[in-house]
Amino acid sequence: MFLDRFWANTINGLSYGSIYALVALGYTLVYGVLQLINFAHSEIFVIGVFGVYFTFLALGFVPGATPNIPIGGIIADLVLAGAVGMILAGVAAVLLERVAYRPLRRRNAPRLAFLITAIGASFVIQQIFRIFRGSNPEGTIRLLQPDPVFRIFGAPVTNLQIIIILASFAMFFAADGFVNRTRLGRGVRAVAQDPATATLMGVNRERVIMITFLLGGLLAGAAALFYLMTIPQGAVFNGGFLLGIKAFAAAVLGGIGNLRGALLGGLILGIVENYGQSLFGGDWRDVVAFVLLVGVLMFRPTGILGESLGKARV
Amino acid sequence: MVRRRLAAAGALVAAAALVLSGCANQGGGGAAQTSQAPAPAQPNNAALPAGNGQGKCAPGTSIAYVGTLAGQNAALGQAIANATELAVNQHNQANPGCQVTLVKADSGGTPDTAVGPTQAVINNPAVLGIVGLPFSGESKAVGPSLNAAGLVNITPSATNPGLTGNGWTNFFRGLGNDAVQGPAAAKWMKTKFNPQSICVIKDDSDYGIGLANAVTQALGPQVAACQGNVKTNQKEFSATVGQVQQANPQAIFYAGYYTEAAPLVQQLRDAGVQAPFVGPDGVKDEQFVVNAAGSANGAYLTCPCVPQEGFTAFTQAYQQAYGVAPQTYSAEAYDSATILLSGIDKGANSRPALLNYVKTYNGQGLTKKFQWQPNGELSETPVYVYRVDGDKIVTDSPIS
Amino acid sequence: MTTTQPRTDPSSGTSGPTLRERWAEGSRWWNARSRPQQWGLLVPVVVLIYFLPVINPPIITTEPATDFSIALFNASVFALIAIGLNVVIGQAGLLDLGYVGFFAIGAYTAAVLSSPDSELGVRFPWLVIVPIAMVITMISGVILGTPTLRLRGDYLAIVTLGFGELVRLLADNIDPLRGNRGFQNIARPGGTYPDGTPIFTQNDAQGFYWLSVTIIVIVLLFMGNLERSRVGRAWIAVREDEDAAELTGVPTYRFKIWAFAIGAAVGGLSGTLFAAQVGFVNNQRFDVTTSILYLAAVVLGGQGNKVGVIVGAFLVSYIPDRFQFEPEYRFLIFGLALIILMIFRPQGLLGMRQHLLTYGREAYQRLFGAGTGVAPTGLTASSRGRGDAVETTPDDHAGTSPRGGGE
Repeated sequence: MFLDRFWANTINGLSYGSIYALVALGYTLVYGVLQLINFAHSEIFVIGVFGVYFTFLALGFVPGATPNIPIGGIIADLVLAGAVGMILAGVAAVLLERVAYRPLRRRNAPRLAFLITAIGASFVIQQIFRIFRGSNPEGTIRLLQPDPVFRIFGAPVTNLQIIIILASFAMFFAADGFVNRTRLGRGVRAVAQDPATATLMGVNRERVIMITFLLGGLLAGAAALFYLMTIPQGAVFNGGFLLGIKAFAAAVLGGIGNLRGALLGGLILGIVENYGQSLFGGDWRDVVAFVLLVGVLMFRPTGILGESLGKARV
Repeated sequence: MVRRRLAAAGALVAAAALVLSGCANQGGGGAAQTSQAPAPAQPNNAALPAGNGQGKCAPGTSIAYVGTLAGQNAALGQAIANATELAVNQHNQANPGCQVTLVKADSGGTPDTAVGPTQAVINNPAVLGIVGLPFSGESKAVGPSLNAAGLVNITPSATNPGLTGNGWTNFFRGLGNDAVQGPAAAKWMKTKFNPQSICVIKDDSDYGIGLANAVTQALGPQVAACQGNVKTNQKEFSATVGQVQQANPQAIFYAGYYTEAAPLVQQLRDAGVQAPFVGPDGVKDEQFVVNAAGSANGAYLTCPCVPQEGFTAFTQAYQQAYGVAPQTYSAEAYDSATILLSGIDKGANSRPALLNYVKTYNGQGLTKKFQWQPNGELSETPVYVYRVDGDKIVTDSPIS
Repeated sequence: MTTTQPRTDPSSGTSGPTLRERWAEGSRWWNARSRPQQWGLLVPVVVLIYFLPVINPPIITTEPATDFSIALFNASVFALIAIGLNVVIGQAGLLDLGYVGFFAIGAYTAAVLSSPDSELGVRFPWLVIVPIAMVITMISGVILGTPTLRLRGDYLAIVTLGFGELVRLLADNIDPLRGNRGFQNIARPGGTYPDGTPIFTQNDAQGFYWLSVTIIVIVLLFMGNLERSRVGRAWIAVREDEDAAELTGVPTYRFKIWAFAIGAAVGGLSGTLFAAQVGFVNNQRFDVTTSILYLAAVVLGGQGNKVGVIVGAFLVSYIPDRFQFEPEYRFLIFGLALIILMIFRPQGLLGMRQHLLTYGREAYQRLFGAGTGVAPTGLTASSRGRGDAVETTPDDHAGTSPRGGGE
């Protein structure tokens, strides 16, 4: 059973892992710069999901039905929805920082205080969606049916999986390039490494923080599109919770504060939990994920790749 | 930009086409309905909340809905609360001499959060009876308190068989329990599919586990060798799908709720599994059809609930009041409220009086005949099979 | 470095300094009282707390939407949890995001040992269960702590978070723990009122509330003594600077495990209380969110301040109950309240009091003369934090401890 589905699980895990990785990047970026666990990031992701979903609605798609339009049109629609989701999530992340975190930074609050405003913001965003959209998942709108394109060792690879894996890697390399090669990215790295010195060197810390949140939000928005393509029933007020925890686990697994770690952590988590559920059954999937996390941290306390965006701090 | 606009236009055209084809589909579904058993019309002698209009009661007399109103699975609770409210409003309109107040208490749907609000309802002396609680877990938690208070309590949706085994004298179930539905569903699947193998997949809820056990037992270990587990709120089922592919069964029975059933059936169909999908009352909801998109088509749904489409007066009134069609347990809630209200109309002005009234109640409701055994189970519990036909749920046949 | 320093941040409110000064004044006055005097003043407060459900004060009461004594009982269990978690976070500076796991283990121990649904088939009385549950949670705290407490800071947080989730998931997946089906008829403490009605029932939480307030008072006395002992000093040393503590000869690892174990035992104790009152336990309500709400109680009240965390716990439990009459919006209100309270009191409602512990009173009296109070405000952590609030340090995410919250 496990061996039969080994390749299918690997491909499925890669596709899921890419989504985890994109969300994990948001956690890791914010952590790298502010040493802050942004617990409301999962809600930023949910905002992205609803942004994508509302764009589908605005484009005239009807829940429950399967559209039949040419592939070019579908791709254009997906790109448009993804863009809306990304922008909404990005703006929401920046707003979140303004409302929930900046006042605390101004007041020199202890680090744990940020966790509490994060969970408060999380409640508020979830409840707003629940009040306006109810507690049922939104009706399914699926633009692209999964359709096997080719096979690897007998395991089908669907068009969805190809799009998600390729696009996620493209997003990741864009983000990585931004942080490692541009002027603004240098500022981000400088603040992550040593905020005091960076400020003295003329880096605008507030702007760096804003960019960090914006970037994390944009990536979460992209993840939202891929998630909704894979799980069309995903648009629901509490839909970000478990995925958020898993993505955070992925970020820590790879080494929090480290962009490549987030990618690696996401992919490993995705693949391993798929193997795990294949071995032990679907209800053991999350157990496998958390056992992996705890197990890895026992032996490599700073995660697989260690911290690198910020200084090594242990 | 041009391309995007074009795409948007294309999408609009497609959407229009979709709407049209959707309509056509519905028409087709209607034509195909000739083979199915007609939904029972509203029984002539069904008790209605309005009663005879001669009800007399003390001002301030209340009944209560206790159950989830916000939070997870709130949709189910909302539908029950709405139906109860509808019954109370219709009653009050028809009976100027008896204005009953509806107290709504949000239990949060979980055992620990249910205790406080339930106790508040118990402490409110004006409340003579309760419609609720919707879920089995919370019912187990607050049952002792309600029993100690002698507050009559009709649940319109909690189907765990164990609830009536606690010796509570105030607990009444307004529908058949899982021990009725499970064997009935199993028997029906046996005759319908003549199966060598059926995959029984359950979620981790009290309801799902109980029902899956009942079905598995009735099917026998040989037939139901393929067992799968999923979790509440799970959205990705590749392991379960793989398991089903491996077993290649003649049918799949899913014991759980629509939230998980919709993505599950979609992912099964995407993976090329064509075996019929059978779900219980927890899946029988419009949400299932909408959320599974086309994949729900042809799914069978068993339910210890009577088809509602015949009760046009009720469905229309509900639709008018709340802007949505009644959900799975709405009619049961409406009936439960009706029974409590009729007791109040007939002069049951205290908790023991109303409890006694319900205990000895014998009458036709919208959904079924209501008469309880001493343990609080109904004497007569019809189970129906429904079918997803296109984008709606239609009645297939009664099975017991 | 005092509160009178001019503020450049306009958003901090204009009435703040005066209120704060008054608060500091009050705190100084309180600290200047001798211990018997403090006790004398505290007794009426405690009596008032005991009689809250009987008085059932209007406006404060959560009725008619939800039973007030049950709301109070829930708040008191929350307070007990917060006191336990405060040992781990506030005293020893270890960030534990999986504390709900210990609460769950406590509740499940009670369930397995006394429910007729349990496969063990035993029905232990509650008083027997409590010590067993505390020992079991303590052991699980040590088991969790032994490998993980070598981790520092946020890695510890995420491992504990994983642990908390694992406890919940295992309760779901391992069949004898019955997942969502749960355990019914869990044992309650015995005892009847003079008229023969039982004191501890589900529908009358008053008895349970009194029991749990009594337990809180006992635990507080125990914790107060622990804080002033060698253990307490070691914890603070670990919290403030683990390396320095290690270098000066504090066996940090051992004391961290102690903090974990003691915190876990209190968590287990509160779990048994909860299980006894509800009489039913299943796998709902042991999730990460609940764990973070426990953390919220501690942070909101003021880490390291025992009275503070009780106030924080009361608020976190009470606010949603108070707005029970508006179920549609109560968690929205709760979320907003968390943000607002945290922004206006970033150091927690009561803030951390940091002063010499052993012979502290005598030392201060010798140094500053009698009646000056225990800690001159300039030296307390809370006011130091406030003084620095003007953005002078770019590294301002560091918290009250110079190295930023337990690294």
